[in-house]
Parts: sequence; C-alpha cells; structure tokens
Amino acid sequence: MDRWNRSVWFGISIALFLIVWEAVCRLLHVPPFILPPPSAVVVSLWDLRAVLLGLHLWVTLKEVLLGLGVSILFGILLAFAMNMSRLVERLVYPYIVISQTIPIIALSPVFILWFGYDLTGKIAITILFTFFPIVVNTYDGLRSTDPEMLQLLRTMGANRWQIFSKLQLPSSLPHFFSGLKVAATYSVAGATIGEWLGSSEGLGYFGRRASGNFQAPALFASVLLLSVLGMLLFWLVGQVEKRLAPHKRTKRQTSKGQ
Amino acid sequence: MLDKLAFSGVRFSYGDQPILQHFDLRVGKGEFISLIGPSGIGKSTLFQLIAGLLQPQAGTITVDGTPVANRLGMVGYMPQRDALFPWRNVVDNAALPLEIQGVPKKQAQADVRAQLSRYGLADWADAYPGELSGGMRQRVSFLRALLFGTDIMLLDEPFSSLDGITRMEMQEWLMAMWQQTGSTMLMITHDIDEAILLADRVIVLTGRPIEKPVELAVSLERPRTTAFRNRTEFLTLREQVWELLRQNAATQARPMQRPGRSGGMRNG
Repeated sequence: MDRWNRSVWFGISIALFLIVWEAVCRLLHVPPFILPPPSAVVVSLWDLRAVLLGLHLWVTLKEVLLGLGVSILFGILLAFAMNMSRLVERLVYPYIVISQTIPIIALSPVFILWFGYDLTGKIAITILFTFFPIVVNTYDGLRSTDPEMLQLLRTMGANRWQIFSKLQLPSSLPHFFSGLKVAATYSVAGATIGEWLGSSEGLGYFGRRASGNFQAPALFASVLLLSVLGMLLFWLVGQVEKRLAPHKRTKRQTSKGQ
Repeated sequence: MLDKLAFSGVRFSYGDQPILQHFDLRVGKGEFISLIGPSGIGKSTLFQLIAGLLQPQAGTITVDGTPVANRLGMVGYMPQRDALFPWRNVVDNAALPLEIQGVPKKQAQADVRAQLSRYGLADWADAYPGELSGGMRQRVSFLRALLFGTDIMLLDEPFSSLDGITRMEMQEWLMAMWQQTGSTMLMITHDIDEAILLADRVIVLTGRPIEKPVELAVSLERPRTTAFRNRTEFLTLREQVWELLRQNAATQARPMQRPGRSGGMRNG
C-alpha cells in the first residue's frame, strides 16, 4: 500500500513539474532553442523516433553494456586478487584510492587518443568510469566480514576457500551491488562523453550535433533517452540484487524484538 | 573419571599483558561449568584457547585425555551475539557446521530439518534470521553449535542480548537441552544467578593474570527451575561469588592499572 502511495505521489510531482515547465516556456515566451517546452521535446522524439530508437540508442546501449560488462568482470577479478594476496593488495590498492581523486573526464580525451575513435575508444572510456566503483566496493565488501562470524567459521575448522565462499562472498554482495548501481549510472555518462569526443553515431553524438545546430528539442529528446537508459540499468541491477538476496525481500511481521 | 577437557599449567599473554599463568582447569564428561569474572579479564581468550583459535604459550590442553594441538572443529561454539548469517535461512544456518565438514548440502539440510521440531523451530525452517525473535535466534545458534557433532560446547554469554523474561525461559530451556544431549558445556556469563542456576561448578576468574581460579560446587539437585534462586544454598553461593568478585575489584583498583585495561568493576 505504501509503495502504491509513493508511486501516486511521484506521478503527481512529475505531472506538476511538466506543467510548470510548459507554462513557464509559454507564458514567458522563452525561445525554444534556449529551453523547449516538454511538448516540443515529445514531438521531436516522435518525429526522430526512427533514427533515435533505431540507430543511436542501440549504439549507445552497446557501448554501455560492453563497457560495464568488462568492468564487472575485471573489477571482480581484481578485488578477488587483492583479497587473496597481500602483495597484490599492497601494490594495487593505493592506485585505486588515488584514481578516485582524478577527474576522470579530464582523462577521457587521452583514452580516445589511445583507443581510437571507433567502438573500442567509447568502451574504454565507459570502463574508465565504471571500473573503480566496482573494484572499491567489492573489495571493501570482502573485507567487511563480521569478525564474530569469521571466528565462528574458524572454530568449525573451515578452510580459506570455505571462509571465502560461505562468508566473504555473500557478505560482500550488498557492497558489490551498491558499487554496481553507481557504475550503472556512470556507464551512461561514460559512453556519452566518449561519443562527444569523437563519433558519428550514438545518443551522445546526436545530442552534441543537435545542440550545435540549435535544435534544443532534439537535444532534450536524446537526453531524455539517456536518462531513461540510466534509470533502466539502475532498476535492473536492483532486480538482480533482490534475486540474489532473498532475505531482504521477505519481511514477515511476526517477530518480536531483536 | 576421565577429563573431557583439561588445562594444565597453561600460560598465555598478549605482548607483555599476561592473561593466564599456571592455569589449571579440569572439566569432566557431561559437566556443566560456568565461568564468571569481571569484564576484560580474559574469558574470551580462555574460550579461544579451548576452541583452538589460540595456542597456549606454555602448558598443555588435553581433550579426552590426549593433548590436541589442532582443536578447530572439535568444540561446538555458541557465540555471544548469535552470529547467524543473515542471508541463510534457519535450516542453512544450522547446517553450516555440517557443510564445513563436507556433508553434502541436501543431506545436511535433511538432517537439520529432522531436528527442528525439537527446538520449536519447525514452522520457521525457511525463515531468515531477520524474521526471528531473539530467543529463536539463540535456539538456532544452539542447534548449530550442537551440530558441530562434538560433545564439548562453549557458550559465550549466550543470553546476554535477551530481555529478562526471554532470558529466564532460555535458561530453563538450556538446562533441559543439556540433560537431553549429555554434552559437556562451558558457559561464560556476567550474571551470577545464571552462573549458579545452570552449573555443576562455578569457576570465578579473578586476578591479573588469572592464576588461581576459585571453584564453587553447586549442590542443588536436578532438574532445577528458575525458582531455585530463592533457596538458601543458592543465596549463600551467590553471596560467596559476589564477595570474591568484590575482593578482586578492590585489589585491582588499588595499584592503579594502566588506563584502557583497568580491572573491570562491572558485574552482570
């Protein structure tokens, strides 16, 4: 019931927002190339549906999924390696911390230079954006096991593999997923920036070209699609998390205390 | 009678902080022993020594009469907070020690399910710890400790997180369980009443390092109920234990201990 209520209120707030936006544009006669009213954005989205949905969305989606996929694979592997070997941890972890402080956007042109203007370059930038949140969160998750649970497993005579698979791995899942949620939203930004820097297709490329031509409604249409893409990815990660963590899904109301 | 577990001349220290010195302890098969002492005195160290997480720096620890260096997996452990894994349901939590021992998962689960009704958990087999009450969680934790498959059990302040009423229920429940299983049990507690009510012998740990623990035999007949608290023998024992702890607090307080690890004055 509470959830239903929430979505109703969210719907109301969205509707209000759009009405105010539309009204401001019309009443103040804002030029459409500065701020197009939402109606113009929708019309533009409809007019351009063939090229936006048929071509550019797919190109961006491909970059996002490939980049995110590579980040997940290697991010997890690196986090595991740091967890298994003290040496790897000592060698690698400082760089991961430092990398958090580097403005990634500033590095993007270099990445395009290294990896080229084709698909590889965009995937490289998407990886640049998504790799670190996944590594850092997964590794922190592996480290954050409850000491009492660890002690319990050790009194059972558990070996390293058993401790890893039965305790560290499951208790790191929530951390991994919060990293993945951040990475999912970053991945769209990464692909977009990659396309800005040099491309001939994709939603980022389309938006940049539209803004160059003062076609604000088309720009907003591409931005709308990009944010929907980000939200969908975020939602998808949440769904996978719910599947893998059944104890967070059900809450019977019968227990007392504790 | 053969000792189930025995410490002889055990010494252990953390750095230059001695915890145990010439420590002797003998636990007979099927005995229930309570260990009581001020907090910070090293009861957890003692437990970790018994469980095999730590090794004595001198002296020996014997199980069933033979010195055993690797005691991991030989002693069932019921930790202070229940330490149930939140992502495992009741069955999978209790089956954990069986899984560690290499019992196939299906069979481990079947073994656990067969036992749940005895612990009043049959309806909760598939529930997650977050859905259970404090008392139920402790029963799952107890079952898990039992399924280590050994007949020594360490209970580390098992009821300290429970409310008073649940706590008394669980004390009676534990006494019944002890008599059913015939296990040897060692329980750490901060609660003098609990220590006396459940145990055959109460061991009062005092001093720094712990050198000569005082043993008090509890001669109350079994089965006991929580109402035994009002008996004269019980009250006398309780006064004795309290007196020992008070003396210890007094001697510890006089030569000012280093800050941070002062001789704890708190009692349950």
